[in-house]
Amino acid sequence: MATYATTDHHEDHDHKPSGFFERWFMSTNHKDIGTLYLVFSLIMFFIGGAMALVIRAELFQPGLQLVEPDFFNSMTTVHALVMIFGAVMPAFVGLANWMIPMMVGAPDMALPRMNNWSFWIMPFAFALLLSTLFMEGGAPAGGWTLYPPLSIQGGNNVAFVIFAVHMMGISSIMGAINIIATILNMRAPGMDLLKMPVFVWTWLITAFLLIAVMPVLAGAVTMLLTDKFFGTSFFSAAGGGDPVMFQHIFWFFGHPEVYIMILPAFGIVSEIIPTFSRKPLFGYQAMVYATASIAFLSFIVWAHHMFTVGMPLGGQLFFMYATMLIAVPTGVKVFNWVATMWRGSMTFETPMLFAVGFVILFTIGGFSGLMLAIVPADFQYHDTYFVVAHFHYVLVTGAIFSIMAAVYYWLPKWTGRMYNETLGKWHFWLSTITVNILFFPQHFLGLAGMPRRIPDYNPAFADFNVISSVGGFAFGITQLLFAWIVIDCCLRKRGAKATSGVWESAKGLEWTLASPAPYHSFTTPPKIDDRMLAHGDVSH
Amino acid sequence: MNASGRHRVLLKRMLLTCAASFVFCFSLIPIYTIYCEITGINGKTGTLSPVAAGATTIDYSRTVKVEFDAAVKSGLDWEFRPKVASVDVHPGDVIEVMFEAINREPELIVGQAVPSVAPNRASLYFSKTECFCFTEQPLEAGESKDMPVRFVIDPAIPANVSTVTLSYVFYRNEHATQRLAQSAAAIDNRVL
Ligand code: HEM
Ligand SMILES: [Cu+2]
Repeated sequence: MATYATTDHHEDHDHKPSGFFERWFMSTNHKDIGTLYLVFSLIMFFIGGAMALVIRAELFQPGLQLVEPDFFNSMTTVHALVMIFGAVMPAFVGLANWMIPMMVGAPDMALPRMNNWSFWIMPFAFALLLSTLFMEGGAPAGGWTLYPPLSIQGGNNVAFVIFAVHMMGISSIMGAINIIATILNMRAPGMDLLKMPVFVWTWLITAFLLIAVMPVLAGAVTMLLTDKFFGTSFFSAAGGGDPVMFQHIFWFFGHPEVYIMILPAFGIVSEIIPTFSRKPLFGYQAMVYATASIAFLSFIVWAHHMFTVGMPLGGQLFFMYATMLIAVPTGVKVFNWVATMWRGSMTFETPMLFAVGFVILFTIGGFSGLMLAIVPADFQYHDTYFVVAHFHYVLVTGAIFSIMAAVYYWLPKWTGRMYNETLGKWHFWLSTITVNILFFPQHFLGLAGMPRRIPDYNPAFADFNVISSVGGFAFGITQLLFAWIVIDCCLRKRGAKATSGVWESAKGLEWTLASPAPYHSFTTPPKIDDRMLAHGDVSH
Repeated sequence: MNASGRHRVLLKRMLLTCAASFVFCFSLIPIYTIYCEITGINGKTGTLSPVAAGATTIDYSRTVKVEFDAAVKSGLDWEFRPKVASVDVHPGDVIEVMFEAINREPELIVGQAVPSVAPNRASLYFSKTECFCFTEQPLEAGESKDMPVRFVIDPAIPANVSTVTLSYVFYRNEHATQRLAQSAAAIDNRVL
């Protein structure tokens, strides 16, 4: 199997493959594959977004107006699967593909052919998943967490979803292996581990998380498959199994998974804030160790998702305190970002706006997480809109805001052109205002007792739902502006030509390459100059 | 070592890690079962054998109230109830009580009862020596059946436990039901 690179034959000039098919379908180039991932993610973001708008339209008023309850449940289920596995994760992998070789001074990813595979599995996985929408019996409707027995009571969609999840898992694992191999084996001489940009560090740790937990998800859904079609009883009480068992296994994957979706975001923000504060990152090593401890702790908190299943008191206490412990390294990060900005000569270009927005709004999500970690409080909040508000703050204003910040930050490097800064600022402010209109009232709905995943509700909840739905549509429409800004920058190329440095005090190897970045990154290893690194104060 | 050699070594290690983690996922099933048996959670109870149960000395100075609870999983048309709501027992005494189940479905159903004991801290001191939950329970359409449970409470049960609840839920065992229906059909065919 020749999945490893033959990286040393490239000459200096760009010899891109000629022909559309060769260039995009057979590509093994880290930039092309990065672009494919990012485009795929943007498309999935809009597909998943459309489903979210179906949900918000139905919830605009109490009563059943627009869609059948079953279809509503399919919408919540497929929306989550599409956004998690189709939008957020591929976007981060796309950014890793584009940036990691440039940031560590490598010519390309370590295993380019595997890179091509890991991308091209994704469209097939999502074709399988989305095809269930058009099947008899409809798409899966038991929630993205696929709890049995409900999740395996569907028709054939069960098999489709399970195979789709298998394929997504294989794709993520291959992507993760590639990233680890690139970071561990392909760094330019002098790029010590503790000189790597924080984005590279967070991705290294994320990739290890992926390798550790994606196979667990694959195993869990395989057991669902055999329970449904081959007569096993892993999760069936009648046959001696236990449905709660599935929840334990799922969340053993699921909680590390939520950190898979946020650690790269931490990395991005740690790149952007120093640039626009014109100061080195405060506490670089603390950032690295905090990331590692968050990753470690993420394996021992899973049962905070299932406090209400009837756990012994000791278990509840353990998982409560372990969960709260995660707030410590997370707090270290937030304080370090604030300290980086402290007395910096800050400017607020669009990437910085999104990064600062991230710090504030993600922290709100962290606080509601802490509330959920309190066992007696969680008994009331569990499965209400309070949980929905929590994870949308950490995922939309956390993960997705960081992805947008990254796109604005590196787009000039990718395309050689500046994006439209005025429109970018509009995009930020409209997004930030509408996303809060959309999700903040959901805290109140949850505290008042509105359950999640239900198409109808008590008229007492009507007012906040109206506000939330209006915010939802406004946020959705605002994202069309984002698509336009990206298309405008990439295809119409109207913006000013970008310099190689792009931003006044951006530091790191990627800014020593021309803009647009040459097709093959560092064909000869660069010389590492400590003053050119984003965290120039490293003292070791 | 050259670059591709190093990549290959790393690739192998990562794939091994993945395989290990996949295996780990399946091993969680026995790990949890053992953990529950040790700690007595999730319906796992004490494991005194019938002989050992008969030989325990009875502690007449204490009585513990044992309550019974019975439920049927929704979607299964069975009636299921204990014949007595509760009994007062001395720890060490072997007690037998009856549960009754009636199949109101129009066909043969194999049921499986799943037990649970509350409070948790009592469950390891509560041993069933005979129980209808140990085996599958086939009931013909309309058939009713009395089913015994024999249990003993270990005299070492913590002093602050005065009530123990034993509850059962009956589930339809799909696979066993199908298997029985098929073999019944096969026998019919032979008669014809
Ligand atoms: C300080 C950090 C955090 C704490 C203490 C925390 C705590 C919790 C708790 C206790 C729940 C379960 C609530 C329930 O179902 O009753 C929960 C749910 C959730 N959290 Fe967090 N969380 C934190 C950060 C995050 C981050 C960073 C993410 C993702 C980027 C995240 C994503 C989620 C998701 C997706 C769910 C809901 C899953 C579902 O039931 O569908 N959380 N969180
Ligand atoms: Cu969690």
